[in-house]
Amino acid sequence: MRVAESVSPLARDGPSWRYRRSTRQVLRMSAVHLALVATGFLFLLPLLWMVSTSLKSLTQQAAWPPEWIPQPFVWRNYPDAAAFLPLARYTLNSLTITILFVIGTLLSCPLIAYAFARIRFPGRDFLFIVLIATIMLPGVVRLIPTYLMFRQLGFLNTYLPMVLPAFFGSPLFIFLLRQYFRTFPEELADAARMDGASEIGILYRIFMPMSGPALAVITIFAVQSQWNDFVDPLIYLNKERMRTLAVGLYYFRAYQDTTNWGQMMAAATMMTAPILILFALFQRYFIQGVALTGMKG
Amino acid sequence: MGAPGTGSAPYVPGLPVPEPLAVGLLAFTLFPILAVFGLGFMEYGIFGRPTWIGLQNYRDILTNDRLFLTTLGNTLYFVALSVPLSTVIGFLLAVALNTRLIGQTLFRTAFYVPSIVPQVAAVLLFVWLFHPQIGLINFALDLLGLDGPNWLGRPQWAKPAIVIMGLWGVGGGMIIYLAGLQSIPQHLYEAAEIDGATEMRRFLVITIPLMTPTLFYNLIIGIIGSFQVFVTAYVATQGGPLNSTLFYVLYLYRYGFEEFRLGYASALAWILFLLVLALTVVVFRSSSSWVYYESGGER
Repeated sequence: MRVAESVSPLARDGPSWRYRRSTRQVLRMSAVHLALVATGFLFLLPLLWMVSTSLKSLTQQAAWPPEWIPQPFVWRNYPDAAAFLPLARYTLNSLTITILFVIGTLLSCPLIAYAFARIRFPGRDFLFIVLIATIMLPGVVRLIPTYLMFRQLGFLNTYLPMVLPAFFGSPLFIFLLRQYFRTFPEELADAARMDGASEIGILYRIFMPMSGPALAVITIFAVQSQWNDFVDPLIYLNKERMRTLAVGLYYFRAYQDTTNWGQMMAAATMMTAPILILFALFQRYFIQGVALTGMKG
Repeated sequence: MGAPGTGSAPYVPGLPVPEPLAVGLLAFTLFPILAVFGLGFMEYGIFGRPTWIGLQNYRDILTNDRLFLTTLGNTLYFVALSVPLSTVIGFLLAVALNTRLIGQTLFRTAFYVPSIVPQVAAVLLFVWLFHPQIGLINFALDLLGLDGPNWLGRPQWAKPAIVIMGLWGVGGGMIIYLAGLQSIPQHLYEAAEIDGATEMRRFLVITIPLMTPTLFYNLIIGIIGSFQVFVTAYVATQGGPLNSTLFYVLYLYRYGFEEFRLGYASALAWILFLLVLALTVVVFRSSSSWVYYESGGER
């Protein structure tokens, strides 16, 4: 009865109503698609321009109107850029920091997250609040005292200021893993405890193998954060040969008058490519990570 | 067993779990926050010991520092422009992507990818795009019959240029909004449609209210992040022209790491902290009137 009531008014003028709606719908969806294609294009153009410029000759870089296809393809810009500044060396430095940071993160964060998720210890709630507060705090506030601390420890011109904190856990990653661990049923750990497993055993044999996606997310975040980090290498490393790629790239801007846009874009492409490859391989975890934490990476 | 969060195992002393946590959190997070407060009361040059000078740093900043207000103004300008713009653009893109689209993943990737381009590389790219004579952006403006400005060379254009650089990365925010939109239960829309609500009305009474918690969270994160704008200005303009892009953190950096007046820079940091905190509190306070929480009665 109720069904008939609610359907009948629609059924009466059904065909024309549906027809109007679908035409409008089609028109609107076409408009949305068109607008999105245009905007999407707008977003990708700069990247295409970066790669295109990186392959252009000096004269073609200044062509007006601008030309998209390099003519000829000047691959030499890449080795030239790497000769202008020791980019291979910088890449190695960035890689070293990134890898050590990821190792530190993967060693410390699960342990700490496990403690927060599954172990009662004095001061846990207080520490957890500190942890959350730290995520929200403007990071620059900590810059100077942290710098002084590392200077006091004699860590200037070493990679320790970038790498060492990772071995003590990063608040955001701990938070993320803790939330993940807490979704596991409590019985899981209890059963293992009955069988005599230690807490460490439970973490490494049960929790970690079940946390692949979460670990992938924090690994990707960790890689991105270190590969892109500019401020820390800038203040802690003064020796030219110790520079990271991010800081090294800045010097293309600083010495702009003695280089050219092709080399500069070649360097920018070299720094961007590994992240894009990582994205192509692990797209899902990039997207999940952003959606999960609300952090933009 | 216990509710989640009770934690099932008691702490065993000597277990190598909470110790690194306590040490790390205290040494790398809590301690610096307390220390920066103390350092703000000191004169601390590159050589020599810190000496206590009371409120002198703060007095100097507020009364003698010619550039303090400039830098504060620049930063507020940037925050006021970039936070609303990136919120609106990111949100609209997410709404558009949340419709039934052909090639949704493709669009999502197109918008998201710019946000993962390493920042320094992105800034170099935009310096090139903003080139006054042979830059692509001014070429596009030329096609539209407009005379493109010398973006990074003119005080009135440099800040907008830096805002635009940031907007290229709205894809990150878009993903967050998209996740929020996808978690809105479909049956709400269906019910509203049966009740005859127009699409606009559904958007206003379902989408917007249910998205306010996400918008609120992003607003907070956006404000905190924008106040700390540094890399774009450092690489693109070094604070120029005529200090028009001298943002707060860049100014702090100069005092701390170019002039090595660490006490003064700490006082600047502490003021920034208070400013951001105050603004965050204001936004939090206001949230009760516009952020909708599901537990508040009707679903």
